[in-house]
Amino acid sequence: MSVETNETKIDFDQTYISEFSKKRQEPEWLTKLRLRGLELAESLPMPKPEKTKIDNWNFTNFKHDVQADAFSKVEDLPEHILNLVGKEDRTDNFIVQRNSTTAFTQLSKELQDKGVIFTDIATAVQEHSDLVETYFMNKMVSPDEHRLTALHAALFNGGVFVYVPKNVEIEVPLQSVFWQEDQEAALFNHVIVVAESNSSVTYVENYLSHGTEKQSVANIVAEVYAGPNARVQFGAVDNLANGVTTYVNRRGHAERDAKIEWALGQMNDGNTISENTTNLVGDGSVGDTKTVSVGRGDQKQNFVIRVNQWGKESDAQLMAHAVMKDSASSIFNGIAKIEHGATKANSEQTERVLMLSEKARGDANPILLIDEDDVTAGHAASVGRIDPVQMFYLMSRGISRKEAERLVIHGFLAPVVNQLPIEGVKKMLTDVIERKVTQ
Amino acid sequence: MSAPNLKIENLHVSIEGKEIIKGLNLEINGGEIHAVMGPNGTGKSTLASALMGHPKYEITEGTVTFDGEDLLEMEVDDRAKAGLFLAMQYPSEISGVTNADFLRSSINARREEGKEISLMKFIRKMDSKMELLDMDESFSQRYLNEGFSGGEKKRNEILQLLMIEPKIAILDEIDSGLDIDALKVVSKGINEIRSPEFGGLIITHYQRLLNYITPDKVHVMMQGRIVKSGGPELAQRLEAEGYDWIKEELGIEDETVEQA
Repeated sequence: MSVETNETKIDFDQTYISEFSKKRQEPEWLTKLRLRGLELAESLPMPKPEKTKIDNWNFTNFKHDVQADAFSKVEDLPEHILNLVGKEDRTDNFIVQRNSTTAFTQLSKELQDKGVIFTDIATAVQEHSDLVETYFMNKMVSPDEHRLTALHAALFNGGVFVYVPKNVEIEVPLQSVFWQEDQEAALFNHVIVVAESNSSVTYVENYLSHGTEKQSVANIVAEVYAGPNARVQFGAVDNLANGVTTYVNRRGHAERDAKIEWALGQMNDGNTISENTTNLVGDGSVGDTKTVSVGRGDQKQNFVIRVNQWGKESDAQLMAHAVMKDSASSIFNGIAKIEHGATKANSEQTERVLMLSEKARGDANPILLIDEDDVTAGHAASVGRIDPVQMFYLMSRGISRKEAERLVIHGFLAPVVNQLPIEGVKKMLTDVIERKVTQ
Repeated sequence: MSAPNLKIENLHVSIEGKEIIKGLNLEINGGEIHAVMGPNGTGKSTLASALMGHPKYEITEGTVTFDGEDLLEMEVDDRAKAGLFLAMQYPSEISGVTNADFLRSSINARREEGKEISLMKFIRKMDSKMELLDMDESFSQRYLNEGFSGGEKKRNEILQLLMIEPKIAILDEIDSGLDIDALKVVSKGINEIRSPEFGGLIITHYQRLLNYITPDKVHVMMQGRIVKSGGPELAQRLEAEGYDWIKEELGIEDETVEQA
């Protein structure tokens, strides 16, 4: 059996998937889920991102099962990875995956004793099979949404699992680095973060790859569950090279009084479809989403940021800032959906796009879908150039035009940089912004 | 260091094709504070913005030299680096850029690479100037003018003046919207920088600022040019009697820049 996406075919059949699952010593439920994903991938259509044509995007040209060696000690990690996790001021808890293979993992004794699980997902499905099954493409993202979620289920090859027991508050961030060393290696990455009631956790992930000659695919799903009164801060810097076509779907589920905060630096250089959804299910739940992105070259991107509100007095804050240059093109759809019965819910969204080039395209579309009368909602959207009066003000203090532009752009993208709790990651995002904007 | 000099001759300025300044002459030297007064709509703020190089204003005629150099040929940042400063009536808000980072960039823009101000020296200077202006420490880490009240913005302009130490500063309605305590603080800041190496051009509607900063010369602007000049006593007479006597004296009916 082969799966057809547009003109090209991917040759993965039941035998391949079964063998792959067996080799990884996966539980039966997961093998079944993979096979179901494969079957669904045959029949389901591709997603249809609004105003972005993905017909000619590469979703099929990649290597799936690429091996890589682990590192025995942290000092052996390459420089650019060490910079991310920090050299002297290193986070105690981090996982590095290289071509989807776990290359290094570290979790403090203190957190282990508290019952915190932070492990690569392949280990998690073996050691905590029931727990993973509860959340894996079950409550939040489903294989049957479209062909890419189906393929994700069938082919997922990396990721991490985070579990925080109830009443455990983790002060320090947990960090993952997903490093695609092989330019052709596909990343079907699955991240699950579960915070049980009254717990709190900060999780930060980085995606990175280098090189521009080869093509590959990233199909990323992150599922975040925040139990009653739990708090999850989720930070990410996506920095995949321009040969990588990315589908990334990050979805959260907040129970009563839970809070999920996203800070996403979406800095991929390749074509990207991104969905970020927060489901505010419980009363009094809070969702706060901040995203920044830079489009350059001729890359095309489509971002959907969505908050669905069922909870009474739930609160959604949504902010997307983007800088567009060269002939890049991006669509930003901010969707606020308030369901009937979500009385006293509040929803605020802002989308701002800064255009640095005549040829670039940026569309910001705030969409309000409200089925309840007793709510408050606001939205603002703008697409424009750098304000010449701001430039005049900065330059009137002696700052050059170039430096003034730099200050305005970094300032514009600062909300996400400031939210990231790890110095190395903050610096990485700042450097990536610098590189993307000035080169 | 020689005393600075700003010389404006027969200046004409237009905005969107409409002439606002119509042949203005003014010379400011180090050690002098000039006040330009006048009713609304006579071109005072246009003069301030045009001298700094605001993109909206077009100079159609005349010359401006700064220490003998052609000011009008310079980019905005080069005017600043030459020593000109404009405290703006409506300063921009720049999100994500802290006051401290902005000021350090401003100061370092005037210095050669490798000779940047040290962080400690910068912090000491900023702390002392903020204390002088009665500004809370938190202002250094707040985003540039974002969410500042009108009075806070004015103070922040004066803070920049004191940090940057220009040769010639234009203060565009720095007193508008200030209560008397804030006015005193702002005046204290301006008096702090007065010296033979500093020249000031204060643009204002009201005489009250001049109670705290005594000008050397006072000019009245009407119809886009200076129509009368004098000493500090001129400002006092304007405060007491208004502008009507000047209009009568000069036979002016409408003092504003008339519609083209």
